Amino acid sequence: MELSGAEIVVQFLKDEGVEHVFGYPGGAVLHIYDAIFRQDDVKHILTRHEQGATHAADGYARATGKPGVALVTSGPGATNAITGIATAYLDSVPLVVLSGQVPRAFIGSDAFQEVDMVGISRPCVKHNFLVKDVRELASTLKKAFYVASTGRPGPVVVDIPKDTTDPGVKIPYEYPKEISMRSYNPTVKGHPGQIKRALDLIVGARRPMLYTGGGVILSEASEELTEFTQTLGYPITNTLMGLGAYPGMDKQFVGMLGMHGTYEANMAMHECDVLVAIGARFDDRVTGDIKQFCPNARIIHIDIDPSSISKNVRVDIPIVGDIKQVLTDMLKELKGLKKKIDSKAIANWWQQIDKWRDTDCLRYDRNSALIKPQYVVEKLCEVTGGDAFVTSDVGQHQMFAAQFYKFNKPRRWINSGGLGTMGFGMPAALGVQVAYPDAPVACITGESSIQMCVQELGMALQYQLPIKVINLNNGYMGMVRQWQEFFYEKRYSQSVMEVNPDFVKLAEAYGHIGMRIDKPQDVEGALKEAFAMKDKLVFLDFVTDRGENVYPMIAAGKGQHEMHMSPEWELI
Amino acid sequence: MRHIISLLMENEAGALSRVAGLFSARGYNIESLTVAPTEDPTMSRMTLVTTGSEDIVEQITKQLNKLVDIVKLADITEGEHIERELMLIKVMASNAEQREEVKRMTDIFRGRVIDVKDANFTIEITGDGNKLDAFIDALQHSDIIETVRSGTTGISRGAKCLHI
Repeated sequence: MELSGAEIVVQFLKDEGVEHVFGYPGGAVLHIYDAIFRQDDVKHILTRHEQGATHAADGYARATGKPGVALVTSGPGATNAITGIATAYLDSVPLVVLSGQVPRAFIGSDAFQEVDMVGISRPCVKHNFLVKDVRELASTLKKAFYVASTGRPGPVVVDIPKDTTDPGVKIPYEYPKEISMRSYNPTVKGHPGQIKRALDLIVGARRPMLYTGGGVILSEASEELTEFTQTLGYPITNTLMGLGAYPGMDKQFVGMLGMHGTYEANMAMHECDVLVAIGARFDDRVTGDIKQFCPNARIIHIDIDPSSISKNVRVDIPIVGDIKQVLTDMLKELKGLKKKIDSKAIANWWQQIDKWRDTDCLRYDRNSALIKPQYVVEKLCEVTGGDAFVTSDVGQHQMFAAQFYKFNKPRRWINSGGLGTMGFGMPAALGVQVAYPDAPVACITGESSIQMCVQELGMALQYQLPIKVINLNNGYMGMVRQWQEFFYEKRYSQSVMEVNPDFVKLAEAYGHIGMRIDKPQDVEGALKEAFAMKDKLVFLDFVTDRGENVYPMIAAGKGQHEMHMSPEWELI
Repeated sequence: MRHIISLLMENEAGALSRVAGLFSARGYNIESLTVAPTEDPTMSRMTLVTTGSEDIVEQITKQLNKLVDIVKLADITEGEHIERELMLIKVMASNAEQREEVKRMTDIFRGRVIDVKDANFTIEITGDGNKLDAFIDALQHSDIIETVRSGTTGISRGAKCLHI
């Protein structure tokens, strides 16, 4: 088959099994867009901004596990994509971003819409390529998908100079089915000796704790994790990125840990004697003060990325490998193990944990005349049966979503945990809806975050993507305001967000349904009504309590056990 | 502690900037860095000298290994090894006394005078960094016109090797 570079790009995507590409055209990618126009297999979703394209591809990838694909032009198209690429990088999301570049002869001449995309993206990609010859195009694309989706996944940029896609130059094309790279071979299988040592420690534990992160979801190891946890009968906590890897409604689940984690999860971390970290990376929002982190614990760490191990916290037994594979091996080994769990010690440990649990650390004022943001999330969870795809932006609403929506399945909770990108939520939700047109998809956001990518309401209309936007509108950048309340004597410097559009009218202007809800008794009904409209995007603008804070809270630099509790909690 | 890390990497445009970028992005020290293609033109060999605690050097090697262009690496300071650096140094040599002194010093350090002009000599000298430092100290500082050093390269002794 003789194809031009532009046709190779599109044919390759089809051969690679890519069904959707999120993007925005421009000069350097016109040849590719022409090739897209002349076929129907690869569907292009036109976003309203390149940031939206990368977030949508990211949401698509997180929901499906398949690499998300974005296509942007050179220069500003490429730089607009950077925030989305960095977002995917920090959360290890497989993303392939194709960026146009000026023709090779113009590279380095400060040509119109030229930026050094390979240079600019380098610190926030897993890898990137500049295509220097059309004959390398297919193999480079194959490498990009391979690198993005294997090992610890991540975004890969392929920068494609315009002249390598010239429709006048046709070369033979064959889909490269396999690729091998001598410099890239991720370790998949865990070391059997390390697995034995780890199990010996795990089974002998008296106050064990399982701490699991996004790696479990990326590795599709939820089932194995659940079986492992339930076989042991040990308490388990998930990180923000790991929610849904273990059923959120199960009794062994003690909630999320970290800065806004539950009292029981953080106390159990602080007091445990054996910590099993699985696909988690000891992020500073989890550990708090590193010197006070799990002071009594011996630590086992399973991760596919050797550089995650002993990066922030020194571990005793590292196991490098794919979580799914390692847990499968561990389960097999566990069943044949002679050493038995000290069930009395574990029962005592549970007793202690239940005492912490009884503090009901997530309590909030349920009699308030104002809508409490927590209440909206709780009702959302009820109305959707805990089974919706939920994306979020960044801030208080993100934490409320993580605390109050009980995720029972992996890939249902989609948020920018690492980079903390405001504006992520809605385009990500739209990407999820593209992947699963019939699934309920909610974007929990706030009046500030939503305005960072609100233009994607246009994309939602164009492709009839009926997500539900849950806007927790408190007229503040809530998390900024909370820090200013606690640490800056309530000087709310530039965090007041009172001048907003009428969100109902805004939704309507884009051809969607808008609702404004300002009474607690209307919350449930509005949510039910919205989710009953299966073919409409509904923008629910909830006017919430302006002063509500996220509790518990570990202030930056404090130990895990030094939680700041809700005033509600102090009333007991 | 000072460590010498030897890397085999794909001889691709941008591979060097990935390594250099990693060091600046993560705040690691970099004392010197040399790179050139090997007998296999698709691969380059880099020698990197860094300092840091054991934890940091462990992270450095892990992060370097994670770069997709890096084929293989070794911390050659973990075992017996040889290190060498090349220095070219231009010194004043305008009168007989000066010329004699520079020549004598060069011989002591087993360097070679590789260029002779009316007013100056250029000397080539190899050795580990300390030897080159010592040579500089042995010369009159005011006589040094310019120096250029290659940065350290190194290799493990015996059967140990960095090869694919």
